[in-house]
Amino acid sequence: MIMNNTKKTTGKVSGIIANLVIVQVEGPVAQNEICYISHDGTDLMAEVIKIIGNKAYTQVFESTRGLKIGSPAIFEGHMLEATLGPGILSSVYDGLMHDLHEMTGIFLKPGEYTRALDPEKIWDFKPLAKGGDQVIAADWLGEVIENSIPHRIMVPFVFEGRYTIKSIVPRGLHKIYDTIAVLTDESGKDHPVTMVQYWPVKQAIKAYKEKPRPFKLFQTGVRTMDTLNPMAEGGTGFIPGPFGSGKTVLQHALSRQAEADIVIVAACGERANEVVELFVEFPQLEDPRTGRKLIERTTIIANTSNMPVAAREASVYTAMTIAEYYRSMGLKILLLADSTSRWAQALREMSNRMEELPGPDAFPMDLPAIISNFYSRAGYVYLNNNQTGSITFIGTVSPAGGNLKEPVTESTKKVARAFYALSQQRADSKRYPAIDPIESYSKYLEYPEVQESLRNTIADDWVDKVMLVKNIMIRGREASEQINILGDDSVPLDYHLTFWKSEVIDSIILQQDAFDKIDFNTPMTRQKYMLDKVINIYETNFDFDSFEDVNPYFKRIINQLKQMNYSEFQSEQFKHFENELYKIIEERKLKK
Amino acid sequence: MSPLAFQKIYTHISNITKATCTLKASGVGNEELALVHGRLSQVVKIIDNEVTLQVFGGTEGIPSNAEVIFYNRPPTLKVSDDLAGRFFNAYGQPIDGGPEVEGEERPIGGPSVNPVRRRQPSELIATGIAGIDLNNTLVTGQKIPFFADPDQPFNQVMAMVALRAEADKIILGGMGLTNDDYLYYKNVFENAGALDRIISFVNTTEDPPVERLLVPDMALTAAEYFAVDKNEKVLVLLTDMTLYADALSIVSNRMDQIPSKDSMPGSLYSDLAKIYEKAVQFPSGGSITIIAVTTLSGGDITHAIPDNTGYITEGQLFLRRDTDIGKVIVDPFRSLSRLKQLVIGKKTREDHPQVMNTAVRLYADAANAKTKLENGFDLTDYDQRALDFAREYSEYLLAIDVNIDIDKMLDTGWELFARHFNQAEVGIKQELVDKYWPVK
Ligand SMILES: Nc1ncnc2c1ncn2[C@@H]1O[C@H](COP(=O)(O)OP(=O)(O)OP(=O)(O)O)[C@@H](O)[C@H]1O
Ligand SMILES: [Mg+2]
Repeated sequence: MIMNNTKKTTGKVSGIIANLVIVQVEGPVAQNEICYISHDGTDLMAEVIKIIGNKAYTQVFESTRGLKIGSPAIFEGHMLEATLGPGILSSVYDGLMHDLHEMTGIFLKPGEYTRALDPEKIWDFKPLAKGGDQVIAADWLGEVIENSIPHRIMVPFVFEGRYTIKSIVPRGLHKIYDTIAVLTDESGKDHPVTMVQYWPVKQAIKAYKEKPRPFKLFQTGVRTMDTLNPMAEGGTGFIPGPFGSGKTVLQHALSRQAEADIVIVAACGERANEVVELFVEFPQLEDPRTGRKLIERTTIIANTSNMPVAAREASVYTAMTIAEYYRSMGLKILLLADSTSRWAQALREMSNRMEELPGPDAFPMDLPAIISNFYSRAGYVYLNNNQTGSITFIGTVSPAGGNLKEPVTESTKKVARAFYALSQQRADSKRYPAIDPIESYSKYLEYPEVQESLRNTIADDWVDKVMLVKNIMIRGREASEQINILGDDSVPLDYHLTFWKSEVIDSIILQQDAFDKIDFNTPMTRQKYMLDKVINIYETNFDFDSFEDVNPYFKRIINQLKQMNYSEFQSEQFKHFENELYKIIEERKLKK
Repeated sequence: MSPLAFQKIYTHISNITKATCTLKASGVGNEELALVHGRLSQVVKIIDNEVTLQVFGGTEGIPSNAEVIFYNRPPTLKVSDDLAGRFFNAYGQPIDGGPEVEGEERPIGGPSVNPVRRRQPSELIATGIAGIDLNNTLVTGQKIPFFADPDQPFNQVMAMVALRAEADKIILGGMGLTNDDYLYYKNVFENAGALDRIISFVNTTEDPPVERLLVPDMALTAAEYFAVDKNEKVLVLLTDMTLYADALSIVSNRMDQIPSKDSMPGSLYSDLAKIYEKAVQFPSGGSITIIAVTTLSGGDITHAIPDNTGYITEGQLFLRRDTDIGKVIVDPFRSLSRLKQLVIGKKTREDHPQVMNTAVRLYADAANAKTKLENGFDLTDYDQRALDFAREYSEYLLAIDVNIDIDKMLDTGWELFARHFNQAEVGIKQELVDKYWPVK
């Protein structure tokens, strides 16, 4: 690791421009080192972002109102770190991982930094390794049960080289700062290990053996994703869309129903009321797979738009680091960030204040590299003990003016493999989720290993069917354009059929009511069943004399299928509507 | 605001730009207030012993040997119950001829509410305007702007909403308000006998534009006093936030910051969010609701100001002149209240969500029929009925001069459905149709 821990460097404030504070230092400082600037009896946390001679440029994670030249600063000898240990789940943190529930008062107070973990809580520690074992960073020493999830206590990630376990405590009750093992390094030096470790958030945790390409489906229960543009476990995706198009509603849906062991939500520079929704609902809602309350598998990083801007930038890194920590335990993590544009804007504000040469739209020049670096931390991994873990990352992007030709969208598009473009037009016509079926894509669908996994787990011809459906959607749009240009009665009747068959797919597969108690979440078996249904309709030849009959007829078909979507799968009611549907189809089915 | 004895006085200004002065001074705090040549100013930058001040009233005529006095504190407002019924300028000084308000001095633009100390908004605000109550229901603790072109009557609608909202306090933050509009608000509130619940902080077009930057923070500091200390329901009206953002861009341009889209500062999103996020529902019952005005230019919502606003607020209310009925309506397509889900069908009648959605859907059918007509295609019988429906929907529900309660809005909705469509075309859940479909 970097930096000296012996004697702390000090300095004095010599310049203040909003939350950019210049500190004249006496001694060594490191890029990204954390310091505390003393102001009126409180210590304001800051991060070094540039060093010129003996001047350290720091971004303060708080308001700098009232701060004066000459105020003392003390440098901590480490970068911004996450505190990692049992007790992270169900917590609500700010961007710097301070526990928001621990803070006193209604208003946030600058300099009130609460601890991330409860030091007094007792955990039932069970060793997984024994004295004499050879271990390296991230190897599992033991575990405690955190909200029914096995939380592995690992060799700290910062430990370099090989260690021998000198001693490890037997099964028993412990607090997080109790020493649970002593490890001896190659030079014979002993290192006590507790259940807590620290990691600098801006660096990736790479204590795993291998990171293969994502190769299997990550189910979300959202049909237009799972069926049409599937997410892969350990994959990356992003959701750009103009304001009000449904980014947050979609992310909240994912956080509720995706098949993950742990969900980490980074509310990054967005509305506080949306975070409140999670606090209020998650303790009530159940995880359909485990029956436990959703809050038990969830950690929320809330750095809402009115909270300090510099901490907003840190918040996504804090969230990613927590995700990497749990991934190393062999767990399946879903990481959500809403919105990554706000993080990029935080970078822009700072770069502006430092008078750096701006890139496109005044964003910093290295924005593409920063974004790409961040997305690359997601992934599916084989751990050193051959167990697997994954971080699936999905971020939202809020493009200025809804125009996708802007730096954040473009940089993200280069790295995220799945693209879920929300369309204003679909949102306006209340076709939710407003994911545009033609613009959007999932590169994972092209991975041979993903295709094979889809064939094995869903059906042999699944991928072909998905491709067919994508094609139908394109042809449907073309037909509708022609009808609009030429008029209902000036196009061949087939155009109407093509259009309405795509409408069946749009209404039944793509559109999904996030607020309906049945429709909101569709398991894969049901998605397959319904996809087969609509493909069947597509392949049916119907008998029509006039285009005027097409619209009302298909509206009836869609209505029955919708009723099926709203019914419990394979229930009496479901079968009743299915039977009605069958009768309607028979009315006009052309016998070969 | 007279300086106290211990305050330091300087008389050497080294640099003067259109909006800022720079001088050598020591012991100065960031964001501290100062008086430059008798004009209020605020510290925006300190490098070593060089202090840069933003002069709210502009720097015209300031000499290099002008007197500079530092206040040793950020901008503040004295809060107490005596604020009620008073009119102030952007600095919080009375402009109604009354005495200075005594009370606790609080810094404006204070810290944010801890998100975990918020309560989920759930109390409906009834305005009587169906375009709002029926389609875009407002909730206490919400923040929502009117998006309107400058020639639309947004000030009238906002005054109407404010008076009907049953708020304990109404706080008006006027930015770049014309003197006529200022007097209009004053009259309306006076005539309604509501003056004792009103507090105004006003910057008119006659005042220097940069002063506007203080108005929202003044208004919201007063709002926090009543909502937190007194558990009151406070409604804050901010008009016009476009002029506020313009003032931001003036300052940042003069400070040589690199502008981003539409010459707005790169921090526009954070600057606006800091204001709008003051809207809150407290567990104790107090709340701050913000209704703002963002004027558009030619209806363009992709401009940086409405665009950033839309990303921050919980919906927006679009005003539009409907030429078919010759009245201003609340546009059902582009308007949105994101918090309506929390109350409709729960605090209001069960049929509310379905009636709302169905009416908008049928209105969309009419819009399609209209396009067909304009493109010279024939209309079907359904198209014609949809057009007839749309006209009456606009007249009896969307127009801003409608003033009825929500049950009556729902009943009107059903009447219009039954007059123009059959039950199958309306497509509402059967049990609701059985209960509410009007019998002839
Ligand atoms: N799947 C859905 N089902 C029903 N309504 C939806 C759905 N998605 C979005 N909406 C409606 O659209 C509104 C806005 O959605 P949301 O808040 O997710 O937008 P957003 O893209 O996150 O906007 P912003 O960028 O401003 O945060 C919601 O309040 C809701 O009324
Ligand atoms: Mg959102």
